[in-house]
Amino acid sequence: MDSRITQFDELAGADGRTRAPYRKLSQWLAETPPELLASRREQAELLFRRIGITFAVYGAQEATERLIPFDILPRILARSEWATLEKGLIQRVAALNAFLADIYGAGEILRAGIVPADLVYRNPAYCPDMAGRRVPYDIYVHIAGVDIVRTDDQGFFVLEDNARTPSGVSYMLENREVMMRLFPELFALHRVAPIENYPDELLATLRSVAPPRANGDPTIVLMTPGQYNSAFYEHSFLADKLGVELVEGRDLFVRDDVVYMRTTEGPRRVDVIYRRIDDDFLDPLCFRPDSALGVAGLMGAYQAGNVTLANAVGAGAADDKAMYTYMPDIIRFYLGEAPLLQNVPTFRCREAEALTYVLDHLDELVVKEVNGSGGYGMLVGPHAAKAQIEEFRAKLKAHPQNFIAQPTLALSTCPIAMANGVAPRHVDLRPFVLQGANGARVVPGGLTRVAMTEKSLVVNSSQGGGTKDTWVIDDAWVGEEPMGQA
Amino acid sequence: MRIRIRHETTYRYAEPPRTAVQHLRLSPRNHDGQHVVDWRIDVDRDCRLVQSEDAFGNTLHRFSVDGPIESISTVVEGEVTTFDMTGVVSGAVERFPPILYMRETPLTTPSAAIGDFARETTSKESGTLAKLHALLGAIHESLTFDAAATHSATTAAECFEHRKGVCQDFSHLFIACARGIGAPARYVSGYFLSSDGDDQVAGHAWAEAYVEDLGWVGFDPTHGVAPQENHVRVAVALDYLGAAPIRGAHSGGAGETLDVKVRVARAAAFSQSQSQSQSQ
Repeated sequence: MDSRITQFDELAGADGRTRAPYRKLSQWLAETPPELLASRREQAELLFRRIGITFAVYGAQEATERLIPFDILPRILARSEWATLEKGLIQRVAALNAFLADIYGAGEILRAGIVPADLVYRNPAYCPDMAGRRVPYDIYVHIAGVDIVRTDDQGFFVLEDNARTPSGVSYMLENREVMMRLFPELFALHRVAPIENYPDELLATLRSVAPPRANGDPTIVLMTPGQYNSAFYEHSFLADKLGVELVEGRDLFVRDDVVYMRTTEGPRRVDVIYRRIDDDFLDPLCFRPDSALGVAGLMGAYQAGNVTLANAVGAGAADDKAMYTYMPDIIRFYLGEAPLLQNVPTFRCREAEALTYVLDHLDELVVKEVNGSGGYGMLVGPHAAKAQIEEFRAKLKAHPQNFIAQPTLALSTCPIAMANGVAPRHVDLRPFVLQGANGARVVPGGLTRVAMTEKSLVVNSSQGGGTKDTWVIDDAWVGEEPMGQA
Repeated sequence: MRIRIRHETTYRYAEPPRTAVQHLRLSPRNHDGQHVVDWRIDVDRDCRLVQSEDAFGNTLHRFSVDGPIESISTVVEGEVTTFDMTGVVSGAVERFPPILYMRETPLTTPSAAIGDFARETTSKESGTLAKLHALLGAIHESLTFDAAATHSATTAAECFEHRKGVCQDFSHLFIACARGIGAPARYVSGYFLSSDGDDQVAGHAWAEAYVEDLGWVGFDPTHGVAPQENHVRVAVALDYLGAAPIRGAHSGGAGETLDVKVRVARAAAFSQSQSQSQSQ
């Protein structure tokens, strides 16, 4: 993959002819005066300020809370494109789950020599306390946020699997709400698949994995590290949408391996915890002893089967960037199927040959820390200063096993509405995959993240990226046939 | 050798907490080098003691109590027969392949200075076992035992900087060095029968490292020896935190003080010494 190949624009296509899913939007844009777009942009900004969606940015000097930039033009996928993606996502998450059940169970994939044992057992996210335990319904990954990119109209690449506590779904929901208020006329022109049912689907997923004693009427809570967490807004938003209590560690306690929530009417037994807090902080008796965010004894209750945690403890062992490189083999091993979504070709710097190549091509590659996230600790070779490249060269030589490298992908672009007109910007997509005892599903869409700066490839909100509403629309334009002929 | 142990731990609170939860790793298991003759565990509070096995195969007891809690006292007492295996640990419960014990933990992360020390100490030796013995000797020589210099959260790197510590620190340093030269290593908490047989203020700790073709081998850097008949092995883990005799948490309350009494003696002499101490 050459970084100099022609950019694929999702509206204009490779050849400059408007792609089918964007035809109506393109026409609408041509007919809409620029002043109208400008005023809608202002309205959008006002709406978001009123709603109060902010995002805490680590490492920023002053403002710790920012409004995430929102772009008013939807990113559009055809139903047929989505169908492929959806199947691939469900396949991927099924494989992640099977892998976790295996590495905490029989370890067959290690014995088969497909994944090196040291990569699992030395992985900081591998949780020894989970070994030999079964989790309710054998489900480890209840909620996954899989980062997807495309480079042409053929297929999708998975950039990252997020199987711990993926965030961003509140933006997906808010973006849609704001768009429906701003552009009723666009929704009238398109048949946009609904995503508003996400909280219901999430709730159904969480209910499905409750311990049997809950008798179909489990008490579910959402556990947050607290208001200083960068995603606190999302935690409170989701708790509200789900209709469950938002709790912190101090609101819960454990007695005789049962978790209770303190309420004004006395202790109430808790069955399912949707936790948005990292493994390390869950239980000071098992993990970090200095954690004031967790609940002492929680792991005991979990292992006794009296409470379900979503996602499962130790799920991060499947989603680190080193494990990522084995995903195609992992899918084949457990499911006996060919992967439907491609992996970005990746150099494992722990392997001597790959390291030599990477060191020789640092100016062309993207280098990532195996355990990093959020775009921190990452080198984008083609856009990096000499000093930064040398800094990474030193890091790579010192700890090659901590890094992977990938070719710089020519990420697809989508149009965004700027003050002075419409311009293409790079995008990715994070769909949210739910997996419960009631099956797996993905609401049609996800969070499209967009690099607001021209030519930038970094879409993370912590690095100044923005978001867009993502539409999956019916392919009604195919031959202009009437719908629903079957 | 037949060894009798009595270990009493008392937590007292100036301001009683509402609830408390504790995890106890206080029960030894059998392996080729030790046989547990009898063992009992008592908590002086009204609670349900739940027994299970932890990740590393240690016996874990856990309980929760409701307050107000002025104190919690836990007593374990029992007898273990030990055999000299020249440090080799065989027949123990193993739940993970040795490679897992290459994991770094915050308490055992080697500093650059530890890395240099480990390399210099072992550079002239060939073979893992010889290297580990060189480390055992060097750590025993270069550290001073000083109970006031460190606390339970002191890291190997901090201890190495000051060259002072207790058995926990000696063991963490040994583990950091062993992993640094590529040998899987783990922390062992247990009891040690000293020749003078006096009451002790704490249990003991040492390390085990994995040697290809030999298996797990014990190293006691505090005493500079391989564990022998006078070592009783209770729990293993990646570091102190995973093998700690007691880990607890309480909500509400303040002013916690801890009192530990450990008596380790030859079984034949134990009751005699106990009655002596009682009559004093």
